[in-house]
Amino acid sequence: MVTNGKREITYGDAGVEALGEEMRRDPSIVYIGQGIGPRGGNFRQTKGLWAEFGDHRLRDTAITELGETGMAIGAAMAGNRAIVDNVFLDFSLEAMTQIVQQAANAHFLSNGELKVPLMVRGSMGSVRNAGVQHSHTFYAWFAHIPGLKVVVPATPYDVKGLMKTALRDDCPVIFIEHKALYNIKGNVPAEEYLIPFGKANICRAGTTATLVAVGRMVHVALDAARILDQEGISLEVLDPRTIAPLDREGIAASIRKTTRVAVVEEAHASCGFSGEVFSVACEDCFDSLDAPPKRICARPAPNAFSPELENRILPDVERVVTEIRDWMNS
Amino acid sequence: MKIDKQTVLELYRTMTRLREFEMKIQELYRSGVLPGFVHLYVGEEAVAAGVCANLSKTDMVWSTHRGHGHALAKGVPGRQVMAELWGKATGCSAGRGGSMHMYAPGCGFMGTNGIVGSGITMSAGGALSAQLRKSGQVTVCFFGDGASNSGSFYEGLNLASVWNLPVVYVCENNLYATEMSLERATKSLDIAARAAIFKMPGVTVDGSDARRVYEAAGEAISRARKDGGPTLIECKTYRFHGHHEGDPGTHYRSKEEIESWKKRDPIKALRESSMAEKVAGADEFDAIDRETQAWLEDAVEFGRVSPEPDPETALDFVW
Repeated sequence: MVTNGKREITYGDAGVEALGEEMRRDPSIVYIGQGIGPRGGNFRQTKGLWAEFGDHRLRDTAITELGETGMAIGAAMAGNRAIVDNVFLDFSLEAMTQIVQQAANAHFLSNGELKVPLMVRGSMGSVRNAGVQHSHTFYAWFAHIPGLKVVVPATPYDVKGLMKTALRDDCPVIFIEHKALYNIKGNVPAEEYLIPFGKANICRAGTTATLVAVGRMVHVALDAARILDQEGISLEVLDPRTIAPLDREGIAASIRKTTRVAVVEEAHASCGFSGEVFSVACEDCFDSLDAPPKRICARPAPNAFSPELENRILPDVERVVTEIRDWMNS
Repeated sequence: MKIDKQTVLELYRTMTRLREFEMKIQELYRSGVLPGFVHLYVGEEAVAAGVCANLSKTDMVWSTHRGHGHALAKGVPGRQVMAELWGKATGCSAGRGGSMHMYAPGCGFMGTNGIVGSGITMSAGGALSAQLRKSGQVTVCFFGDGASNSGSFYEGLNLASVWNLPVVYVCENNLYATEMSLERATKSLDIAARAAIFKMPGVTVDGSDARRVYEAAGEAISRARKDGGPTLIECKTYRFHGHHEGDPGTHYRSKEEIESWKKRDPIKALRESSMAEKVAGADEFDAIDRETQAWLEDAVEFGRVSPEPDPETALDFVW
């Protein structure tokens, strides 16, 4: 689909396009996961790839996250580039020991001799009231571990550019899509481009306060910013794109300009990413702050099933608008 | 199968090196020279020696927390293993790993490992890579009876089986997972029989008999190399020492049991049976013993005089 001269495709298709391009470019890539072959992925995230690459390179597995992830790590250590698709990031917990204890460490422990070109793919976040066990937002867990890179794309453009970068990295990358975004459309150039890790995207320039968000919350933050703009509150929405590495300089530069920072997260606040952003504010640009930093995160309860309950727990546009307005007036 | 004299002497050389190396490690550790923790391979030497004698340099081995013997048998130089246990810059992992995290991919050694069972799935991945690249490599995964009750065992063997991967699983059944006896851990005491669940061959061998291990591993490795798929080999063995250095190993094992296994010492057994069969003479074994001592002294001296890692390099190789 082309609008205004710009080609628009979905967030899901942007990933398929990145995979297809990179699998054609790099014959060592093997893709391991559940339902990623003829089915084309639970979220259509490998749509059409099996027809081109076949069983040889698209390896459908049983429900075996520990096994498939350990296997992908071993294949990466042995000379292939491996993708393991846990489909739901919730299920990656079954494989956490392999990701944290093996993949993250092998390059370091081998004194740089071993490379682990691995992409662990899983979707995060709430969609259509799936309930707690299919709705977690775990990116900060991975970002805590030296040796892992953590990518959290918010737009179709970012999915393609960041995934292509992930598929050329020699160390493990945790690629976390938001499952409620798979069907959103956006501009994605047909030509090749890569987006570097550790470079934040200023999604909206502003002067009053910096709003940091990733994944679906970028869109919530942008909607809130449009509403508050009517009230004279000019929010700068900053998407770090990658949690690790984190663009501390980019975040600090924005805070120096706006003098305030808030973080909007679908994840919980406790010991989380928002605290990491606060560390940038406190360690790198404390003198620029005109107010205490603010965090608007999931309230501290498991994600409930009932829409009424879930909406109470997760941040939405209305809550962001209200809390930012109160914060500005405090 | 008749095993030639050269192979017998080679098995003896490897086992003797593994034994003497570990006894020296025990001495150095007890005297406070070596940091960390060590799990000694004493008593189980026939397994690593018998299996690895069938492997080429580019074949890959995934090892365990009790892995010094696997590293040496796979061809990682004794100097580098010793220096790693010393935490020195010249160690195979440059002092970053230590006993349970030593890597030497240039020797096809894909790591000792502190997480029980973790190699079972990774080695299947190494075998998948070999299959995809048509490299002809075989991977071997050593693990213990303890790992055989983990989820990794079932997930790894299932994937290896369904994709017919060139991996040989070698279970070193030393009867105890730390202090937990296999009999208390499971009713499924015949670990090799579990191979049938995955429609792969399962073989039980006397893990104190290097020649029988050599034969069984040779057959499995040769089959894997010819695209014949994975095998599970259970080696009945025993660690003469405790779980780790510092554990006397006598709170959960009777002295009679320990003594009965020591009478089946794999090194002594190979030497005596070979001499009785007139395959090799005492002078030839004695020569290997002397050579082993020289090799060991060289490794110890290398470890002792090697430099400590530069603290400035502590953050290298993270990304």
